[in-house]
Amino acid sequence: MARVTLSGRPPGPIELLGLSALGTVAFFGGWQLLAASGAVSPQTLPTPDAVLATAWRMLMEPFAGHTLPEHLLASLGRFALGFGLAALAGVPLGLAMGRWRLLDDIVSPIFEALRFVAPLAWVPFAALWFGTGIGGPVMVIFAGAFPPCLINAYRGARLVETRLVEAAQTLGAGGLRIMAEVLLPGALPSIVAGLRVSAGLAWQSLIGAELIVASAGIGYLMVQGQSNLAPAIVMAGMLAVGLVGLLIDVALRRIERWVRARWGETP
Amino acid sequence: MKDIRFEGVGKAFPTRQGGEFVALRDITLTVAEREFVAVVGPSGSGKTTLMRMAAGLDHPTHGTVRVGGREVTGPGPDRAVVFQQFALFPWKTVRENIAFGLRCKGTPRARQEEVVARYLRLMSMEGTEDRFPHQLSGGMQQRVAIARSYAIEPDVLLMDEPFGALDAQTRTVMQEELIRLSRHEPRTVLFITHAVEEAVYLADRVVVLARNPGRLREIVDIRPTREAEDWSARPIDEVMDLPSFNHLRTHVWRLLRDQIRPDD
Repeated sequence: MARVTLSGRPPGPIELLGLSALGTVAFFGGWQLLAASGAVSPQTLPTPDAVLATAWRMLMEPFAGHTLPEHLLASLGRFALGFGLAALAGVPLGLAMGRWRLLDDIVSPIFEALRFVAPLAWVPFAALWFGTGIGGPVMVIFAGAFPPCLINAYRGARLVETRLVEAAQTLGAGGLRIMAEVLLPGALPSIVAGLRVSAGLAWQSLIGAELIVASAGIGYLMVQGQSNLAPAIVMAGMLAVGLVGLLIDVALRRIERWVRARWGETP
Repeated sequence: MKDIRFEGVGKAFPTRQGGEFVALRDITLTVAEREFVAVVGPSGSGKTTLMRMAAGLDHPTHGTVRVGGREVTGPGPDRAVVFQQFALFPWKTVRENIAFGLRCKGTPRARQEEVVARYLRLMSMEGTEDRFPHQLSGGMQQRVAIARSYAIEPDVLLMDEPFGALDAQTRTVMQEELIRLSRHEPRTVLFITHAVEEAVYLADRVVVLARNPGRLREIVDIRPTREAEDWSARPIDEVMDLPSFNHLRTHVWRLLRDQIRPDD
């Protein structure tokens, strides 16, 4: 079904920019009006400019032991580690399951059950097993990021044409080489799409994990802001989370597009 | 001995009704070393299954397939396969595709380069080594696939309707090229096709299969005529105009036609 647009045609770049600006202005304008009207106290809802000012100040001034960039860096480090581990484990396992039915039959039931356990539900065990520094949050991120890595690698591998695998076999390729040189490149568009979903989930799980376990990081900063009755700090943290999440997604979207252009065009 | 021997080979599949569908029954056939054997048959006569069993991609339910005296149990680089749909790796360049089997074998890099260059020359496709398959025409892609199979120096070559996906003109050119290549590098070849003309033009012997169940119908010897009239050295259109060629072609064609009953 064709979607309704302003002019009846898909919006051009300028129209699109205008519409995005409209949404942004309406959101911040409404927020500003609500906060400045006095209907809610600034202790409940700080104004946008107060949040921005707080965020700006925290670029230099430490809060809860670190400045905003330092908290962000701590979060990003955990994110990279958890996401990286999930990709390193999930992609090869997914490919192998796509190749060997036996492995698929062994792993699938337990995986299908575990993947519905929300990443945050791992927090108690994560804290117990790996502590509240790096290990605990990394395990929670891993729990969030792992399923899409595995599922997309698996689906991608299943879609690789049988004759390519057979051609490789008849040319003398062993199991590992078939995985690395046939299944991996064949499944790459699907894998990259999975990595993008996975990164989003990883970033979300991370903040959740840091709300509970951590001694630095954006989530930790937000919890500290809450207990100090400083809602502007909490919102500054949310702002940072949103922006960085957006940046991660934009970066992966670009990679995904590049991979599709490079690998997607099979005859 | 780099030969292929089918010894009482049969292939049956269980059907959903609990019965059995016999795709091939009691095939006994030897492709001698350096012999080019073409298999023709109506669809459903099991000719592709025959090739896939020699490749180790399918397994017989009766009898054994031996290549070079060893029983076939799975795919391996002693038996290279050329597929109808080329089956080139789309993310690898022409050079990487041709060198793939050599890399699997652990051939030194310098030697790989030599072999790739040699086959690019033999298949008259110099200058395409850095292109990707999708940048090539169908005929060129199949040349790469043939070069990739020859490059690993297999004991035998198995070709499953390799020119079936090509247009008529390209097909003729490729048939000629394959004859030229076989003169340079004679190999044991099992060639599956449904085109009678192609089979008679290329092969030393043409095996005609019947269907329901798939079985041997007749083996037509082409070689004496081919050698007496020196077909391999003559252009394809000239060969196809020869009375002897037409006689053989008609003979094979009749063997096939007799099986096609009106209820088909």
